[in-house]
Amino acid sequence: MSRDPVDRLELSVGAAFVTTIVAGAALAVVYWRGGQTQLEGILLAVALAGLSVGIGLWAKHAMPGGEAVEEREPLRSSDEDRAEAISGFEEGEVVLGRRTMLLRLLGLGTATVGAALLFPVRSLGPRPNGDLSHTRWRKGRRLVRADGTPVRPVDLDVDGVVTVFPDGPDRSPGDSQTILIKLPAGVNQPRPGREDWVQSGCIAYSKICTHAGCPVGLYEADTHRLVCPCHQSLFDVVDGARPSFGPATRSLPQLPLDVDPQGYLVARSDYTEPVGPAWWGRS
Amino acid sequence: MSGTKGGKKRHRLLTRRGAEFIDDRVGGARFVRETLGKVFPDHFSFMLGEVALYSFVVLVLTGVFLTLFYEPSSRDVVYHGRYAPLHGVHVTAAYESAVRLSWDVRSGLLMRQVHHWAALVFLGAIVAHLGRIFFTGAFRKPRDLNWMVGVTLLVLAILNGFAGYSLLDDLLSGTGLRIMYSVVESIPFIGDTMAFWIFGGEYPSEHILGRLFVVHVLLVPALIVVLLSVHLGLIVRQKHTQFAGPGRREDNVVGSKLWPTYAAKSISLFAAVASVLVLLGGVVQINPVWLYGPYDPAQVTTAAQPDWYMGWLEGALRLMPPWEVRALGHTIPNLFFPAVLLPGLTFLALYLWPFLERRITHDREIHHLLDRPRDRPARTGLGAAALTFYIVLFVAGSQDVIASTAGISVNGLNWVLRFTALILPVIVGRLVRRWCRDLAAGDEHEEEAEALLAEAEGEGDPAPDPALSG
Repeated sequence: MSRDPVDRLELSVGAAFVTTIVAGAALAVVYWRGGQTQLEGILLAVALAGLSVGIGLWAKHAMPGGEAVEEREPLRSSDEDRAEAISGFEEGEVVLGRRTMLLRLLGLGTATVGAALLFPVRSLGPRPNGDLSHTRWRKGRRLVRADGTPVRPVDLDVDGVVTVFPDGPDRSPGDSQTILIKLPAGVNQPRPGREDWVQSGCIAYSKICTHAGCPVGLYEADTHRLVCPCHQSLFDVVDGARPSFGPATRSLPQLPLDVDPQGYLVARSDYTEPVGPAWWGRS
Repeated sequence: MSGTKGGKKRHRLLTRRGAEFIDDRVGGARFVRETLGKVFPDHFSFMLGEVALYSFVVLVLTGVFLTLFYEPSSRDVVYHGRYAPLHGVHVTAAYESAVRLSWDVRSGLLMRQVHHWAALVFLGAIVAHLGRIFFTGAFRKPRDLNWMVGVTLLVLAILNGFAGYSLLDDLLSGTGLRIMYSVVESIPFIGDTMAFWIFGGEYPSEHILGRLFVVHVLLVPALIVVLLSVHLGLIVRQKHTQFAGPGRREDNVVGSKLWPTYAAKSISLFAAVASVLVLLGGVVQINPVWLYGPYDPAQVTTAAQPDWYMGWLEGALRLMPPWEVRALGHTIPNLFFPAVLLPGLTFLALYLWPFLERRITHDREIHHLLDRPRDRPARTGLGAAALTFYIVLFVAGSQDVIASTAGISVNGLNWVLRFTALILPVIVGRLVRRWCRDLAAGDEHEEEAEALLAEAEGEGDPAPDPALSG
């Protein structure tokens, strides 16, 4: 026996809403008993889907269809209205003889206040003042690991890598983070003037990518290249960390190394050029 | 339906008395009548904007819940929550609160994941909606104004998405912030100062999370609400566009009335959008920050990917050849071109497109009827070319993952993608343009054939509306 369409529709819509009620009640129980992310998600989704289906069916089959027509009035106002609006706006303007000058003063005054209101922007932070050009490395400062222990050249195996920071109370990685690599003998081709920057194969570069500032965290020992995992720039460690692929345009700055009387690695000086990405004022 | 007559009567009486209460004090019965009778065209593609709207509603609802637990602070704390692997680890309060929200707050993880999924769908719906408006010419006068409001909403949505996922202070988002710092730094003249002002000092700075929080939960959402209201208000004022068809002309709108049909359909759509988002948030894990670990400026994850709507920028950064401008003691860094100039030009082109097209076509008329994409081969081809370009950039954003999955070299793939980004858009644009012309020509033949047939049958029917066929 076929039901008539109205009965069938009422049955479907009713079933959808009953689904919502059941799922909603179940959700309350799950939540009350301690919650469970997946179940909560599924039950709430089912409850909402019941609403969607029920209301959707109701709208589709039991509400007036899409044949309503509405006329479109022109958007533009009539010429009279426009003229009236303009004359209303300009009313009274003929009284003052020095209107133009006053308006200019008003404009200038508003601009001055506006500019004055911009000054608090300056409070947001300090000006760079050369902060970008130096780090916490100084002559004689030891290279220490993240846990604060100093490093001797013998502590590193060949092709070993460790991230180091300048010794001192401030251990924040900031712009001083440096990657220390021990190269096999004879592979490094130092740049002119950097012949004594390497100690027993240990070579140190800024760990901040010169492209976008990510830590250059991956070392491919067989090719002696550092990889920046963010944008895939490659740096040739044995060739002054020259960028050999990817978007980086500048070599990683090299930290000049020395060994102190106790045999620990120390910096000969700060980096000799700014670390990290370039900016307008960088030559 | 029978047997509820009493209830129905009481219900009507209540509605009526409520309405009278308001009308006695405010008036506006006529306004209500006109509003209820407002006509909305029925076309599936018109729902894309609504999907965006409803995703935004879900974002606000879940977002309010999240603000009650999130702590925008770089303060150092030791984690002691339910997630054992992080026990005793020093993390920021922001990261700790995000992990606690996910593990220790009942339905916190659901809310967080629904929020993130809603953001992804929000952006997706906006972009699809923008595509619909572009390819059907709905941006033409008088809607060029609303087009610009819409483009602004897209920019705000991208900004807020980025600000939002940066709040968690995990290893992935911290790296994203580091890149953003460098991007700001790359702007000529003012970049370094701007970066210091935005971040409150040299990177990493303890101020940025609090600032991002205000931007993410107050400033940008408030702007979005205001502009959304303008966007919808303009739609009400200017009425919807519609495709041409029998009885559908420039000077009318054919569709369903707001009450009851359209309202019911729209509520049904809202429930459907919310249902899908909640299902995704419940069963599909997203952004598991406890696995990424807390942010440490000296660490980084491999295969780092941003949210999808940042993918085109990520790809542009990776594809950019190692060039930069150095002259007279100054530098325009490499980063400036893909990360500042490209998005700048992209959004400038979007803002100006209605006016550029008007200059080309000299069409200054008001349009309420939509174009079918095939009837505007040049525009459709151009849009397809632009989409192709951004899709190639998007793919390039995962070039390392693709290369390692396929077992090929990243460098080789990068070169292929560099050329693909330049050449493929031209090819696709030309193909699409020709395809449109063929389709339009096919329509004409069909019409001619139908007209001949009608003639042969001796019927006096007028020729079918050309825009209807096909």
